Amino acid sequence: MRFLRMKSWSPYAVGAFIGILSWFAFFSADNPIGVSTSIVRTVGMMAETVAPDYVSTNAYFAKFTPAVDWEWMLVAGLALGAFVSSRLSGDKPAEPVEYPWRARFGPSRTKRYLAAFAGGVVLIFGARLAGGCTSGHGISGSLQLALSGWLFFASVFVSGILTAFLLFGREGARD
Amino acid sequence: MSKLVLGLITGLIFGVLLQKGRVTKYPVIVGQFLLRDFTVMKTMLTAIVVGGVGVYTLRAFGLATLHVKPAQLAAVTAGGLIFGVGMVVLGYCPGTGIAAAAEGKIDAMIGVAGMFVGAIVYAALYGFFSNTILTWYDLGPVTLPQLAHLPAAVILAALAIGAALFFRQLGRWEKRSFKR
Repeated sequence: MRFLRMKSWSPYAVGAFIGILSWFAFFSADNPIGVSTSIVRTVGMMAETVAPDYVSTNAYFAKFTPAVDWEWMLVAGLALGAFVSSRLSGDKPAEPVEYPWRARFGPSRTKRYLAAFAGGVVLIFGARLAGGCTSGHGISGSLQLALSGWLFFASVFVSGILTAFLLFGREGARD
Repeated sequence: MSKLVLGLITGLIFGVLLQKGRVTKYPVIVGQFLLRDFTVMKTMLTAIVVGGVGVYTLRAFGLATLHVKPAQLAAVTAGGLIFGVGMVVLGYCPGTGIAAAAEGKIDAMIGVAGMFVGAIVYAALYGFFSNTILTWYDLGPVTLPQLAHLPAAVILAALAIGAALFFRQLGRWEKRSFKR
């Protein structure tokens, strides 16, 4: 299992394996790979413990019931797989504030963590409005040649590139 | 095998792949949108082509059914544009963010906490959206072969050729910029 101890694989190989993993997901479970719905289910399960009445009357939690399903287990496995892979290769997490953030906004952790939190809020809001994320729309939708998947892919790249250049400037694009 | 166990196994492999593919790294994700590092694009396009050929082949043999999400043009476009901002500011997408958090990156853990809040906010506003933007320009679960009146094989072949040409150009450009 020497390949599991490697720190990185070719992106083309990884992409091809993700494609093959999609065949397995469709064939074995009749499900496309997706991630962001499970975040809704998790939040629903957490909210049920403090506000069960709210969760039981909310239309969104009625649509995505707060329960563990195939996709939820996929996300649990995803975390486990990433953890195991990083430990097997000794790939330690990088410094908390990384390039290009550090070059543009300095080494303050507080600043970076606040942005990360806000980014997470915006990210899932967008994913749920669109009906999927990079996995569900971007990969699984696009490979099924869904119009929704390709439209999402294009929209993310347009706004992502604009945001990145606005945030980090042309300097960010250089070393 | 139980469906839940299948999900766990699929996820486990997915997690290893994302981690080895380095798409769980902040500079790799942001670098893609700054057009310096094309790891994300290479991974996604290859997954789409390989996955698409296989899934459509399985379907031709009656071994798979498609699960196409509705083309709610207004909601998907607006959601994608918002998502792009979040992906650059956080530096991860939902799947790679969870994976990076599992690796031990604190910014990703905080990002996942933000994702939980984002999901609550969306759930609270869903009633409003379901009567407005989600119904605007909703074409239903349409695919490119249906829209273009072409067999899926033709679209997949065009996609494969397009990706191969793009990767070749990318390779040349990368070689040039490394020399500099």
